[in-house]
Amino acid sequence: MTELAYQETLSCVQCGYCLPTCPTYVTFQKETHSPRGRINLVKMAAEGKITYDEISDSIDLCLGCRACETVCPTNVQYGKILESAIEVLTVHKEQQMKNRMKTVKSLLFNQVVPNKNIQKVLGTGLAIYQQTGIQKVAQKTKILNILPENLHSFETILPPIEGPIKRNKRKTHYAVQSQKPVFKVVFFVGCIMDTMFSSINTLSMKLLQQAGCDVTVIKEQGCCGALHQHSGLTDKTRQLAKRNIEAFEQYDFDFVVNSIGGCGAMLGEYPHLLATEADWVKRAIKFSEKSVDISVILSKLPLPFKKSLPYVITYQPSCHMTNVQKRVNEPLHMINSIPGIELMPLPDAHMCCGSAGIYNIIRYNHSMKILDEKMKHVKLLQQRPNVIVTTNPGCHLQMKLGVEREGLAETVRVVHLVELLAEACGIEA
Amino acid sequence: MNQILQLLKQNIQDDARIFTEKADLVSYSFDASFGSYMPEYVVQPLTTEEVAAVIKLANTHKVPVYPRGQGTSLSGGPLPVRGGIVLDLSRWTSKLEIDAENMLAIVSPGVTAQAINDAALLHGLIYPPDPSSMNIATIGGNLAENSGGPKGLKYGVTKDYVIGLEVVTPEGNVIRTGGKTMKNVTGYDLTKLIVGSEGTLGVITEAILRLYPKPKATETLMAQFDDIVDAGRAISSILSAGIIPAKLEIMDKASVEAVEAYRPSGLPTNIDALILIELDGHPEAIKDEIKRVNDVCIKENARAVQIAQSKEEAAQLWQARKLVSPAIVRLKPTKISEDATVPRSKIPEMFQRLKEIREKYNVDLVVFGHAGDGNLHPNIIADERDAEEMRRVEKAVEEIFRTAIELGGTLSGEHGIGTLKAPFMEMELGAVGVDMMKRIKQAWDPNDILNPGKIFPEPNQRFVLTND
Repeated sequence: MTELAYQETLSCVQCGYCLPTCPTYVTFQKETHSPRGRINLVKMAAEGKITYDEISDSIDLCLGCRACETVCPTNVQYGKILESAIEVLTVHKEQQMKNRMKTVKSLLFNQVVPNKNIQKVLGTGLAIYQQTGIQKVAQKTKILNILPENLHSFETILPPIEGPIKRNKRKTHYAVQSQKPVFKVVFFVGCIMDTMFSSINTLSMKLLQQAGCDVTVIKEQGCCGALHQHSGLTDKTRQLAKRNIEAFEQYDFDFVVNSIGGCGAMLGEYPHLLATEADWVKRAIKFSEKSVDISVILSKLPLPFKKSLPYVITYQPSCHMTNVQKRVNEPLHMINSIPGIELMPLPDAHMCCGSAGIYNIIRYNHSMKILDEKMKHVKLLQQRPNVIVTTNPGCHLQMKLGVEREGLAETVRVVHLVELLAEACGIEA
Repeated sequence: MNQILQLLKQNIQDDARIFTEKADLVSYSFDASFGSYMPEYVVQPLTTEEVAAVIKLANTHKVPVYPRGQGTSLSGGPLPVRGGIVLDLSRWTSKLEIDAENMLAIVSPGVTAQAINDAALLHGLIYPPDPSSMNIATIGGNLAENSGGPKGLKYGVTKDYVIGLEVVTPEGNVIRTGGKTMKNVTGYDLTKLIVGSEGTLGVITEAILRLYPKPKATETLMAQFDDIVDAGRAISSILSAGIIPAKLEIMDKASVEAVEAYRPSGLPTNIDALILIELDGHPEAIKDEIKRVNDVCIKENARAVQIAQSKEEAAQLWQARKLVSPAIVRLKPTKISEDATVPRSKIPEMFQRLKEIREKYNVDLVVFGHAGDGNLHPNIIADERDAEEMRRVEKAVEEIFRTAIELGGTLSGEHGIGTLKAPFMEMELGAVGVDMMKRIKQAWDPNDILNPGKIFPEPNQRFVLTND
């Protein structure tokens, strides 16, 4: 039986310290869309003073960026409260949802997202579509205007997808090039990441290799479950977590490394996800302790930089990297280590860009309002950057969209930190 | 659609700034104190005209109106205790002018003290009042409650920085009080009357605030004591030596223990008290003064004294004070934060009495706060689901109030009376004192529509700390 995390709501003293850190409160400007407001609504719903339907708008619009947790003076477990609310509302809505919608949703989450083959097909389709110039024709002729605006927006900013031939040529083992490897690592490729940005995964592995690691990709790995978790599908998330834990247990390695802020956060939360299952907790802890973001490993090792990059850059940290993985210094350290670049700190960088899993697809209009706030900050910079650095595919696409919407696409590139590091090391995918 | 809603829609430019849905109303039913009361409407005005129009229609139709900032009040200031309209002024941040020549800031009510200070800093000035919620709470709320903060000792509190206001009266008229001059004795000082009146006499729609030159440097020191009475004596000796610290904070044994258990930083847990001192001013002057503070502490039997050698080290010393709140709520979820204040010389005695209260009612009580101005924060942690414990807590808090008044102090140093402390007003002010205040309220607000049910006790109102 799914329950609201009532106990956790009681530790909120309603001091309001979370308000200025919350992107939805800052953007939509009402208490209902603040962490304090949401905690109160969950508490009220648990006490039967307000209905699930009445609180769903407030819960649905939360980005889950967890910035509020970092400033809470009483350590309220907001993540837990939010997850419980999403889960309860999902169950509640499932009962109300029309069968047709149910089918679409289950297809998306049970078949499409975790299925490598469909991912590949999608990836292949995208690659053919882009490489054959159809994209240009379609973009020019506005054929795509019949698509809903949100999908259409994303269509214009899709990164060049690696074709299947190139992707299938990617190695599954990047052996250390010198004597003994500093670390033996297994690489976590993710699903959306490996379709949309597979070249970044390739670059990541080559960087790790250059830094003295032995890198392996294991085929048994699967989706981390983050998007399922965001959508209240906790049982499915647990299944995916167990699958990953089992898969990686078969191998001997020092770290499991990823370049995906959001997935990294999910992989680190497996112990919390499986807290109630005694036979799994220990295994989850063991797995999560070894799971790290690529910046954590690279900041311990020397990188063979070969050229100086004459860029003015600004950095939009991933919320899940900052607030859940609590990795703030490592990515910054890596950025600062790149020869030649000039870093312009982004004002209010801690504010979420509005990507937040698939929030920007299902709640497009709200997401764009949040993105507009973010782009205001980019435009505030005294020196216009020519590169925006991200560490997560969701943020990456969203910031590209932001640049596009502001008409800056000609002058501002959006890249993953790994791409910048690889460029400075002369590594190509 | 009912008549009030219709009138609101006529007078507020944008319907998106009027809320009537249940989830929204619930979200404006509480603040950082106790209790939850449902309003019927929430309105977010952005101009003086809109505020005046809302109050006018409320006065005509006898609908209560409650001005609200960001809901950080610890005394129930914005709680809509009789239903009606919550006037959320937090969105009104449009005005933040710095008049550097006259060292003034002119602001709209939704701006935060932090934003005012940040804007002042660009001109080498500061806005000194620094309530710990300064980057959240609105200046309108600060003015209504006359907020304090750690810097009260040297710099005073919010009221010491206000020289002019624009106010909408309970009948919906707009008046200006004071002005842009430091000296102003034209008639009654309505500026000071409105400040601290908790939104019961008018809605502040603009304020003219004084700014100060930014001090050039700061020095920080921490001293540990085996006996809190020695700490109290050290504080008195520092001030008698003619040194006025910008901040002078104290933490008792229980708060030090809680912080060490929560995030160990090597503080000894067998000390009875520690004090944190920040001096600000000319670098040469405070270098000399911090040495003298150090000597005084040693003379008054401090076990250890540490002067911060860098900004980082200073931040580290203050860290302990910052961690008190999260440290104490780990034990139990409900936190009752009090601000009973006593004359500075009575601090050691107040600590002794608080110890006795802790034992007598068997409550989890820790004490920390602004020792320099006698504004202590006894904090009790409890579990609101434990009715028996909450009754003990209520009794303990009542006794804390009594003790503060007995020692020549006050019910509230900086949080305000609101709903929470109304039952004790007569204890401090006497029947005539309360009556004279009530007469002011009645003269200004004959229909009792502006933040009713605050400051003055309702008939038979008793002190409760529950959310039902």
